[in-house]
Amino acid sequence: MNVVDWIVLLATGVGIAGYGAWRTRQVRSLNTYLRGKASTGWGTIGLSVMATQASAITYLSIPGQGFESGIGFVQNYFGLPLALIIVCAVFLPMYRRLNVYTAYQFLGERFDEKTRLLGAGLFLLQRGLATGVTIYAPAIIISTVLGWPLDPVIVVTGLLVIVYTVTGGSEAVALTHRWQMAVIAAGMLTAVILLIARLPEGLDFTGSVAAAGALGKLHAVDFSLDPSRRYTVWTGVFGGLFLSLSYFGTDQSQVQRYIGGASLREGRLGLMFNAVLKIPMQFVILMVGALLFVFYQVAPHPVFFNQAEWRRHAQDGRFRAIEAEHAQALAQSQSAMRAWVQARASDDAAREASARAAMVAASDRALAIRGEARAALLAADPRAKTKDSDYVFITFIVTQLPHGAIGLLVAVMFAAALSSKASELAALGTTTTIDFWRHFRPLAAADEARNMRVARRFTALWGIFAVAFALFAGFAENLIEAINILGSIFYGVLLGLFLVAFFLRHVGGSAVFVAALAAQTLVIVMYFSLNIGYLWYNLIGCAACIVLSLALQPFLPRRAP
Amino acid sequence: MTSAPRPDRRPEAEPPDVPGFDTWRAVYLFVFGWFVLIVVLLTVFTAMFA
Repeated sequence: MNVVDWIVLLATGVGIAGYGAWRTRQVRSLNTYLRGKASTGWGTIGLSVMATQASAITYLSIPGQGFESGIGFVQNYFGLPLALIIVCAVFLPMYRRLNVYTAYQFLGERFDEKTRLLGAGLFLLQRGLATGVTIYAPAIIISTVLGWPLDPVIVVTGLLVIVYTVTGGSEAVALTHRWQMAVIAAGMLTAVILLIARLPEGLDFTGSVAAAGALGKLHAVDFSLDPSRRYTVWTGVFGGLFLSLSYFGTDQSQVQRYIGGASLREGRLGLMFNAVLKIPMQFVILMVGALLFVFYQVAPHPVFFNQAEWRRHAQDGRFRAIEAEHAQALAQSQSAMRAWVQARASDDAAREASARAAMVAASDRALAIRGEARAALLAADPRAKTKDSDYVFITFIVTQLPHGAIGLLVAVMFAAALSSKASELAALGTTTTIDFWRHFRPLAAADEARNMRVARRFTALWGIFAVAFALFAGFAENLIEAINILGSIFYGVLLGLFLVAFFLRHVGGSAVFVAALAAQTLVIVMYFSLNIGYLWYNLIGCAACIVLSLALQPFLPRRAP
Repeated sequence: MTSAPRPDRRPEAEPPDVPGFDTWRAVYLFVFGWFVLIVVLLTVFTAMFA
């Protein structure tokens, strides 16, 4: 990074955060602080929902996913438009009719206070523990590649987001989201244009897409019913519907983005904006990864993209031999690609097929050497981080892009980190204030100024907790996966509570409360006694909560006395 | 004689006010149709390039 990159990074990162804090410094209304400006339109709501969902790790990992496994991951988003239609038709009108600040207030209105506290508690537990990861995960990748010390990256990112979120609350979050999404769109567009411009000589865009297809990266949809396949249309539609419904319908960090606004229409159109754009957007980001795969068939690159990890372990002759093999394989890939380009231009189908087979064989050999590199790392240190796909796109950015564009793309990562973090902090502060503090201080509810002060303090406390957690996460790398598991353990029951609330009108608070506790216990017991993929606990928790609610309802009163 | 139905004044009855769409049901159908179109296009894309 040179001076130009730093100017671009600071102007966008610090500039947007400072602008957000300055523009919203006068917020005095609790409603504006917690739900945003009453005049917010659908465009701002739509961008805010999109910015909340797409964290920095999205822009780092998803191109890596396209590079490593192809674009089939796009199917994971197939349930999202369907879930957003259900949220628009069922969840949002109810939230607005009850004029709630949090989704969990709705549980209180529909059932009782204990169920509301249970829902809010499950959200705080899950989102509160995950909150440090949204800062830590991108910070570790960016600091590793750019050679920056990790702790200052975490602290500066955390402080920026705390300042404007605490100052302007939901209004500042929505305002900064607009500008952050503009930076992200400009940066990703720049990256796509520069990547296409740097594709192998003789290959136009269509040729590069054809090469990516020949190399097995463009299998976008898979209608297979084989349950062992990770990404299919069916897992995307059904699993994605389920996950998106819990995320968009019951997670306060999303609910808070669309619950305010000028009218129900604005919230609905904001969500429909996401329903229309999300799959094409993810497709483009995955295509960046697939085209990077073609690019690196020819362009020099390391055998393992996380170079810091490689240098840490790759000390002896075995690793030098792997590097030499990789250099040879790269030379073969380059000549095979050139031969395929010439064969493709010759209009000789047999020659093209033969050249294509040679290109695929050369690519497979290079992949096998990357596999050897990972195995060697593991042999040197069983705790070595062998997943390097998250480092592919950032490596391309810092080694291939011109100055200015590097600063812009690093700004994209920071903008994405700040935007998702801000929504989380606002949601955690709001839920703690409205669902817990007010519950135990009911007389203080009328004092708007005091509510504002308390909401600001809770938001700041969650921010400090997130930074502290991110600073210590480095001592326990596997915490990240543990938190993902924790999320799956609690998300299912939370969705179950809301589905019972919306669709099973005859079930009362006592039945659903006992059912949720029993379902949660069941999930925890199953987690410690069975060995199944943790994503299944989302489904198990939700289904158990619904079935037990129905079973218990005949024996329990509809509302606690 | 039955009286004419009164206009629904609940917020859910708020029209989408989007050109070409009179009801929210039409908006949802459009979004669903868009989703189906995307799946079809991705299927064609897969058949062409994969």
